[in-house]
Amino acid sequence: MIFTINGLQFSYRSKSVIHDTSFEVREGEILAILGRNGAGKTTLLKCLNRVLHPQGGRVELDGRDLKGMRPVEIARRIGWVPQRGELSRMKVYDVILLGRKPHFRWEPAVGDFRHVEEAIRFMGIEDIALRYVDELSGGEFQLVQIVRALAQDPRIILFDEPTSSLDILNQHTLMKKLQSVIHDSTRAAVMVMHDINLALRYSDKFLFLSDGHVSAIGDHSIITPELIREVYGIDVRVIKDGHDTLVVPL
Amino acid sequence: MRDRDSDTSQPGNPSFAPVHVLYRGYLQKKVQFLIAGVLLLILLALFSATAGSIPIAVSDVLISLLTFDHSGVGRIVWDVRMPRILAALLVGAGLSLSGTMMQSVLRNPLASPYTLGLSSAAAFGASFAIVFLDAGVGTTSTILINDTFTVAASAFIFSILSTLTILLLTLLTRITAESMVLAGIAIGSIFSAGLTLMQYLANSIQLASIVSWTFGDLGRANWQFLLITFIVLLPIALVSFFYRWDFNAMDTGEETAKGLGVRTGAVRILGMLSASVLSAIVVSFFGTIAFIGLLGPHIARRILGGDHRFLLVGSPLIGAIILLIADTAARTILSPMVLPVGILTSLMGGPLFIYLLIATRGRRG
Repeated sequence: MIFTINGLQFSYRSKSVIHDTSFEVREGEILAILGRNGAGKTTLLKCLNRVLHPQGGRVELDGRDLKGMRPVEIARRIGWVPQRGELSRMKVYDVILLGRKPHFRWEPAVGDFRHVEEAIRFMGIEDIALRYVDELSGGEFQLVQIVRALAQDPRIILFDEPTSSLDILNQHTLMKKLQSVIHDSTRAAVMVMHDINLALRYSDKFLFLSDGHVSAIGDHSIITPELIREVYGIDVRVIKDGHDTLVVPL
Repeated sequence: MRDRDSDTSQPGNPSFAPVHVLYRGYLQKKVQFLIAGVLLLILLALFSATAGSIPIAVSDVLISLLTFDHSGVGRIVWDVRMPRILAALLVGAGLSLSGTMMQSVLRNPLASPYTLGLSSAAAFGASFAIVFLDAGVGTTSTILINDTFTVAASAFIFSILSTLTILLLTLLTRITAESMVLAGIAIGSIFSAGLTLMQYLANSIQLASIVSWTFGDLGRANWQFLLITFIVLLPIALVSFFYRWDFNAMDTGEETAKGLGVRTGAVRILGMLSASVLSAIVVSFFGTIAFIGLLGPHIARRILGGDHRFLLVGSPLIGAIILLIADTAARTILSPMVLPVGILTSLMGGPLFIYLLIATRGRRG
């Protein structure tokens, strides 16, 4: 077990968004956070690396409370891929190099460049590595943000809808690669996802959020038409075939 | 986007790809550009020392500079032209650096020392000193600012007051770029009204002094002003360069920067405070010199990109080059009459800025 969340609470001013949320993520595991729009998924994700400061509860990594860590210490351990980023006038390589920022003090060392290089090659984006970020398509930029998080080499990577700008081919290609990165390592990932079938195919565990409350958490076995109806308010048929589970709206 | 599934290499493979080599080449080009910029600046400074109502040969300029000869031609070089040239370098670099930092921390390409009402506050401070502290009363038919130091000190105090008020307002609300810009506009508006009131209360000679002050003019340069400006500029330039990676991270978005361990609120306040102190000292000593804080950073961004490792060096360099060219032109085009450089930067800056906007639009299709 590496990542433990206990009794997490967050409010925007007087509006409570996350209520008493607890779960854990083990190494080699991908946890998908699912739920309707406005359920608090992104807010929950931002609380996990203190981009937002939760008002209550604890987030622990290997038994250490993140509250006692400096932001840079958290960044060395937790990577973050936001849903959107700013398209700056920097080269793709420079932006990916930023992933090494938590690891160096003055300038990146040879080892930092090696991490950047490996992440670029792993995701196969050598062809755009020296292009300006503000000249990329939405999908290319999304990949760049993911590559930056991989170059960061953290224990946990938090993804906010990592496939939202990608076509179906690139969605599956990316998810397969992420799955291989997480499953073959001591890393873990938490992903907010909208595409429930994509989440079912590539994630190991699922957390369903409704109005800031955890409706259910568990593996494929918790996926039932009743749960989907409770969370999304839609009637579905759940098809299970061996390891594969598919949700089909009626 | 092509199928990226063909590459199945895993992180952990230590071999380097050619991308790294290409990236090194790209960085080297930027370094070469900066070196060329420094050489150009030196040549321009030398040319500027030769040009004026009394032309001086390059060899005479060099001899005067190298022998510290203050007699004859050396007197013109050391006492008249060098203070102006150094003022152009320091003011151009200072305003451009300040603009770059403000644009980064405020995430607004139009942020400059003037967007946040800093120049209005300085102008109000100067007019306050001229009207109420008798610092700018003309004694003859010539318009004079008798006590330049009091005027500069008053302008500086009010610029810093405006900055502190903006920071206090953002601390009370939220330390975001938007709230800083909004607070800046509000404070600027109040000081503009204050300046108008001062002009209304001033007698005709004081009014002429106020108007004269607001023309940015490097002719006010003296060694004391230059030393103070340098002492302020140097540490701020070093501090900004220390935070170059934080500025880069913040350029990719607030949340991304936080996720990379950047204390965005602290960096924003530090950047804002440093940029404000720098432009406050420049505006207080030399008046309003428009567009350098916008042109320098924008030209630097076009040539060097948004990487602050190069931008924080290139932008002050380009600012210094532009102001030196402008001031040399201001001294020579209507020679022996010397124009305040602020008029020329506004005149040149407007069309140049429009060109930059069109060129940027063209680039992004």
